[in-house]
Amino acid sequence: MPQIAQLGETYASQIFWILLIFGFVFFVIGNGMVPKVMATVALRDKQIGNDLAAAEAARKAADAEEEAWRKRENENRAQAQAIIAGAKTQAARVTEGRLAEVAVKLDAQLAEADARIAAARDGALNEIETVATEAASDIVARIAGVTVDEAAARAAVKEALHG
Amino acid sequence: MAAEAGKVDPMHQFSIEPLFGTDNWQIAGYHIPFTNSALWMTISAVALLIFVAGGLKRQLVPGRWQMAVETFTGFVDGMLAANIGPNGKKYVPYIFSLFMFILFANFFGLLPLGVVGVHAFTFTSHFSATGVLSVMAFAIVLIVGFAKHKLHFFSLFVPHGTPLIMIPLIFCIELVSFLVRPFSLGLRLFVAMMAGHVLLEVLSGFVINGINAGVGIGPVVSLLSFILMVAICALELLVAAIQAYVFALLTSLYLNDAENLH
Repeated sequence: MPQIAQLGETYASQIFWILLIFGFVFFVIGNGMVPKVMATVALRDKQIGNDLAAAEAARKAADAEEEAWRKRENENRAQAQAIIAGAKTQAARVTEGRLAEVAVKLDAQLAEADARIAAARDGALNEIETVATEAASDIVARIAGVTVDEAAARAAVKEALHG
Repeated sequence: MAAEAGKVDPMHQFSIEPLFGTDNWQIAGYHIPFTNSALWMTISAVALLIFVAGGLKRQLVPGRWQMAVETFTGFVDGMLAANIGPNGKKYVPYIFSLFMFILFANFFGLLPLGVVGVHAFTFTSHFSATGVLSVMAFAIVLIVGFAKHKLHFFSLFVPHGTPLIMIPLIFCIELVSFLVRPFSLGLRLFVAMMAGHVLLEVLSGFVINGINAGVGIGPVVSLLSFILMVAICALELLVAAIQAYVFALLTSLYLNDAENLH
């Protein structure tokens, strides 16, 4: 195998060149470039970490803002409800008062109308009695030829009308 | 292992061929010609450079390429964080270089470039290359261990709760297992890569020889070998990634011993 057969003549060359070339790889690539690549990665990781932290902070702030807004909103709503309730009771009270007033007025009108109706009816009844009395007197005078005085006729009519 | 005429030599793919600098490139008397092995190391390194450089746009919202590079750094980072803990961060450049360099080398070695006449060379199938990486890992473990814990580092070889009379024996066993680490680390990668490549080469030899044998059982063997090759190619891709991962994982486990003792 050439590895052993050629060892005597090639070992110096092999060792020299691999030391030289691996040395180049280590010092130029390993020491010169790799740290820069790693630094880029570290920078990116840091950037991502910062961005995530900022996003987290923003989320927390938004949550707090929303909480505050909700609280304020609830307060406003409660206030509005209270105002509505107050307005409702007031309106109810006013309506009640008006209704009572109107009812009193209506009652008075009703009473007056009743009185008027009663008076009209009484008047009408008297009229009917008078007419009936006269008619009765005439009828009696014509049939019996008797003249009945008005008071007697009226009494008779009353008795007949009211039973 | 010599190649006979008309036969496919499965070991030939591992031979190192100097490309240039054969005559006068030397340091302190050692010849260091630029070989095909060194060429593929360079190709892996350049490809890795292009790959990582493409991910260096540093955009906040990454594109696909940047995402791919960041996936690999994140993978290595996660592996070290899981095995060593927060102290492991400083080893990311080294483990990343190790993992990606081996990964690229393994994958480039598997490229079917023979089709177009170029021959891919897998330098991770040479223990003279993997040995350097494993010895370096071992050296880092020793340096970090002794720098951080001084002579207390030897308590690594005495697990907690060892009975007093067992300590000498346990110490010897632990010491041997510790000293074997660089060999097992380097050999594992070398053996895994070589075995896969030899297997593919042997099977492709079956395919070629089966066809050359003309009518009869030959083409059947070729077809079966070819189907097996396709499956083993997929397996080799998996092995290429797993061996790179294992090398990086074991290195980080050894570093964990050095960082945290037990």
